[in-house]
Amino acid sequence: MKEYFKNIYETISTVLVGMGVTWKHLFEKKVTIQYPDERLTLPERERNRLYVDMEDCIGCRQCENACPVDCIEIETVKALPGEDAGKTKAGQKKVFFVTKFNIDFSKCCFCSFCVFPCPTNCIKMTDEFEYSEYSRNNLIYNFSVFTPEEAEEKKRKFAEFEKEKAAQKAAAVAAQKPAETNTNTSNNNQ
Amino acid sequence: MNNLVQEIIVNLLLAAAPLFLWILPYALLAVYLERKISGFMQDRLGPMRVGKWGLLQSLADIVKLLQKEDIMADAVDKKLFNLAPLLVFIGSYAAFATIPFSSIYIGSNIDLGVFFVTAISALVVAGLLLGAWASNNKYSLYGGMRTAAQIVSYEIPTAIVILSVVIIAGTFNLKEMSEQQTANIFNWYIFGGPELGLKKFILIPFMLVGTVIYFISSLAEVNRTPFDIPEAESEIIGGYHTEYSGMKFAFFFLAEYANMFAVSAIITILFFGGYQSPFGYLGNLLNIKWLVGVEQIFWFLFKGLLFVFVQMWLRWTLPRLRIDQLMVTCWKYLIPISLVNLIIIAFISLL
Repeated sequence: MKEYFKNIYETISTVLVGMGVTWKHLFEKKVTIQYPDERLTLPERERNRLYVDMEDCIGCRQCENACPVDCIEIETVKALPGEDAGKTKAGQKKVFFVTKFNIDFSKCCFCSFCVFPCPTNCIKMTDEFEYSEYSRNNLIYNFSVFTPEEAEEKKRKFAEFEKEKAAQKAAAVAAQKPAETNTNTSNNNQ
Repeated sequence: MNNLVQEIIVNLLLAAAPLFLWILPYALLAVYLERKISGFMQDRLGPMRVGKWGLLQSLADIVKLLQKEDIMADAVDKKLFNLAPLLVFIGSYAAFATIPFSSIYIGSNIDLGVFFVTAISALVVAGLLLGAWASNNKYSLYGGMRTAAQIVSYEIPTAIVILSVVIIAGTFNLKEMSEQQTANIFNWYIFGGPELGLKKFILIPFMLVGTVIYFISSLAEVNRTPFDIPEAESEIIGGYHTEYSGMKFAFFFLAEYANMFAVSAIITILFFGGYQSPFGYLGNLLNIKWLVGVEQIFWFLFKGLLFVFVQMWLRWTLPRLRIDQLMVTCWKYLIPISLVNLIIIAFISLL
């Protein structure tokens, strides 16, 4: 019997205590952040979408090599002797045209491994994290400053130059040993 | 003949008034309040995106429910399945017929008011059980059985407490009960009713106990937490309304909220003065007759919503009871206490 009344007392008192707690929370400051309207400031070193400053990129391909998921795709064309590939902000002379610099963010794992080896600090993590797309192809970001046509042009020129060089080389070789060839032919004739 | 037709039309309009003027807007408001209060009590903000502070959220929800496809599984008993939500809604809506919203508006001023409300609310159980059975779903059936066991058990303490108030009031008529508690806050039945003298003071603790018991069992009757085991989401999905979607689900939902207000209204009438103002009326002061009635509507809805708020408050305070705890609470505590309470009140009324 004593327990019976104790139970009643405990029930009522604990329920009242609980109601007091919830009542207090009714007026407490809310923790919700109304996301698109208000945002938390992100930490200083957070890792989100990559950004490449193409002015500084010297086409050394170290980021491509470092990437564990192979999401960076780089194509470079060497500058021809007469051409100027430009300079980095620090004044370093560039040797390559970076005709293609694609990063596929559907693959990127935000490990930041590409950021550390970059000699000119041109690839870096930004605080941009809202870049969802309806198509997976839209996640492949093209950082190269050249249009595909320009890139083709550069490649064609380089190929021509190479061919010319090869032809020159061949001509030089041919000029160097005309006697040998002659003897060979004469030998054949014999 | 013409008179008869006129009378029928007027009565139909009067009968539909609480539905369109109060229950539907109230349900929208209550859903919004429920979500806001839940949010606030958990240090969240609740709905914020639809309209200013999310005010149009429940409207959007209703539109969504109206548009939704009405899914019906092959194995359900189609007739009963369609009948159940209607029955549930009729049960909870019919209870509003005898509730006096004000001295100028009462659907039907019958002498057996409280009795009618208790009886017609029991129709809800039949509807829920019907829906649960017709769904042909294990969890629905579990929910239905739990509902039946729970509501039928908890109707006993409810009825006993109502009886003890009826002894004091000397009437079943809800309007007369409200009229008796007029003029003063201390004329409310929770403070011993309109009588004066020693009797009133002896009555107060027992009426208080009656109020608490009625409130607890009314919580169980409308399947609110902590007595929401019939629709325990984490145990049996949605209970009896697992298989329902779209408009039929909305009917169950509407019925639940209508029920919440109905029991709050009954508590208000039985213990807290019904539509009577705790102070005087502005209408009497300014000598404007119709203003009194409007004020009474305000006080009635205010008190009713206050108890709806307490129900929501309790929902976020208490965890759900186990089925055996539920039965122990009812049969071992509420019923004996309310019985003893009834007997004592009966003796006091003889004084």
